[in-house]
Amino acid sequence: MSPLFLVLGFPLLGSMALAFFGHRPFARTLNMIFSLGTLVAAGALTMEVIARGPVWVWDQEFFIDPLNVFMVTLTAFVGWTTSIFSSPYMRVEIAQGKMTPARLRLYHSMYQLFSFTMLLALMTNNLGILWVAMEAATLTTVLLVSVYRSAASLEAAWKYFILCGVGIAQALFGTVLLYMAAGKLVGSGSDALLWTHLETIKGTLDPHIMGLAFAFLFIGYGTKVGLAPLHNWLPDAHAEGPTPVSAVLSGLLLNVALYAILRCKVLADGALHNHLASQLMMGFGLLSVVMAALFLWRQKDVKRLFAYSSIEHMGLITFAFGMGGPVANFAGLLHMTVHSLIKSAIFFTVGHATQKAGTQLMEGIRGLITVNPTVGWGMLLGALAILGLPPFGVFASEFLILTTAMREQAWATPFLLLALGIAFAAVFARVQPMVFGETSVKTLPHPPALVPVFVHLGLGLLLGLYIPPYLSTWYAQAARLLGN
Amino acid sequence: MSTVLTQSINLLAAILLMLAFAMLSQRRVLSLIHLFTLQGATLALSTAIVGVATHQPHLYFSAALTLLLKVILIPLLLHRVIDRLNVRWDVETLINIPTTLLAGIVLVIFSFYLAQPIAQMSLTITRGTLGIALASVLLSFMMMITRSKAVPQVIGFLAMENGLFFAATAATYGMPMVVELGIALDVLVGILILGVFLFHIREQFDSMDIRHLEKLKED
Repeated sequence: MSPLFLVLGFPLLGSMALAFFGHRPFARTLNMIFSLGTLVAAGALTMEVIARGPVWVWDQEFFIDPLNVFMVTLTAFVGWTTSIFSSPYMRVEIAQGKMTPARLRLYHSMYQLFSFTMLLALMTNNLGILWVAMEAATLTTVLLVSVYRSAASLEAAWKYFILCGVGIAQALFGTVLLYMAAGKLVGSGSDALLWTHLETIKGTLDPHIMGLAFAFLFIGYGTKVGLAPLHNWLPDAHAEGPTPVSAVLSGLLLNVALYAILRCKVLADGALHNHLASQLMMGFGLLSVVMAALFLWRQKDVKRLFAYSSIEHMGLITFAFGMGGPVANFAGLLHMTVHSLIKSAIFFTVGHATQKAGTQLMEGIRGLITVNPTVGWGMLLGALAILGLPPFGVFASEFLILTTAMREQAWATPFLLLALGIAFAAVFARVQPMVFGETSVKTLPHPPALVPVFVHLGLGLLLGLYIPPYLSTWYAQAARLLGN
Repeated sequence: MSTVLTQSINLLAAILLMLAFAMLSQRRVLSLIHLFTLQGATLALSTAIVGVATHQPHLYFSAALTLLLKVILIPLLLHRVIDRLNVRWDVETLINIPTTLLAGIVLVIFSFYLAQPIAQMSLTITRGTLGIALASVLLSFMMMITRSKAVPQVIGFLAMENGLFFAATAATYGMPMVVELGIALDVLVGILILGVFLFHIREQFDSMDIRHLEKLKED
């Protein structure tokens, strides 16, 4: 049996088990164990792909190649570390009376189901199932965002549901068009939606239909990536849900949605023989970077601040993939990895800081470094890393993206540089007083789990200094799959 | 025989378009649900006819699924929700219905313009209805934008899904079975979650007006 079934089986089983036991004291540990199981299985799957190349499982319904296996591992890894962070976080939430047993059951069960839907979206070969899994991921996160049942969280969840529901409906229309284009060549039947199958015939797909299909798919999945101007749901959903959910939303879900776009882009490029897909991605990517940088200045809530920073980074990654070519694709993949590691690390520290201060408003959070030096240092280093300071990995990938942009898309470079500069000033000016500054808050009843923060930051640092050869070949292979 | 079938598919498509316009201008919640049920029934019937005309047995199954889900189950849920929320006799004040309808006509023309080159390349007997399918998706989308009450917005969302389903039948004789089942499951779970949300919103805001849901703005 392929380890793939374990990768899907652990979170699915976990969600069922936690639906019954999610309120018990051992549920937090159980959540970690299931996530660890997923990670181990993902590791085994990676070994198999490294040893044997791309694999098909279960009559071609699942397909694993270097591109998605890297994201599967990343998803499983961040899913596991977030479950470690979530354990003490939820203990404090229970102590503060924010989580009831029913809410805890829902939270734990949906956390695992959310991992399952993301992994399913990543590994399925069927573009229809990809859509179903993305929609299911929306549904599970809607429940996670609204778990506190407060007025603000209901509003955020409602907005999230309606906006992403509308967005993803466009993606379904795109999928229908894609199926229609393929059906003309290979006849109907579920073969016509298999990505590997479409990839072999992409040159003969009808360009008219494919152009329209890609536009709809891009709008649809782009809403979930949080690309401007369809990003409105993202800051609300990040700010109003529990912080572990913000960490996985930013670190993982946005990546998975972008992955869906990338798979479609490969098909569209093959069929269209023009730069429609690239231009769409560059345009909306750049718009997101600039818009997010400007909005960063106006934030008062710490989680909204970093949510806008996620929009900025997703925009930058989309722009990189839009440029295409081996270097930009490589940089895009690297940036995806590092962003997801570092942004989730930042949310871990933010989660602890907000619990301590009892508010998410940045003016209420002060002096982290005196109260709890590890949290303070974690947030400071995380912020510096995400802003692209060397020697962290974000610097390396941003450097590659910028130099490629200078060479190939010179018009965009000033916008990018300006936006990155503005973002730097905005975020740093807000993080500095939170970390230093004067404070009088008491410590929390339960110590936070800060190991994940430093593991993530350490990996982010490592990727900036030295990328191990097997990892760089892996990235290069994945970048090649994405084509120009 | 097959001309009769094709004609009846076109007729049903025209009815779907009219229903979409009716929903756009309907102010009463109860009537909206009736219209939605009618839309589901039309959809199920047209899917079954396409199945007969093209000898695609899996379309019978998807017609039955539509009947079960969109004519029986979801309307039943909606009726229960409006009863328990006591909004059965609610009438929404919509501003500028004529303008909305005119904008709707523009959307229909745009959809036909977009769908025509593609429909010509399609081999299905239903290709003429692709424009109508796209139009009903966009009209439901517009309905969601113009509504300020939560229940009509949910109905708009469901109507959009109906439009998409019709598009799939028109363009390709329906998606593969496994995908269709997945979509049906997502819709069902989605409507259940939204239903629960409606009660929470009522509890929190003492009203079903989603204009209350505008606290989270940038200032």
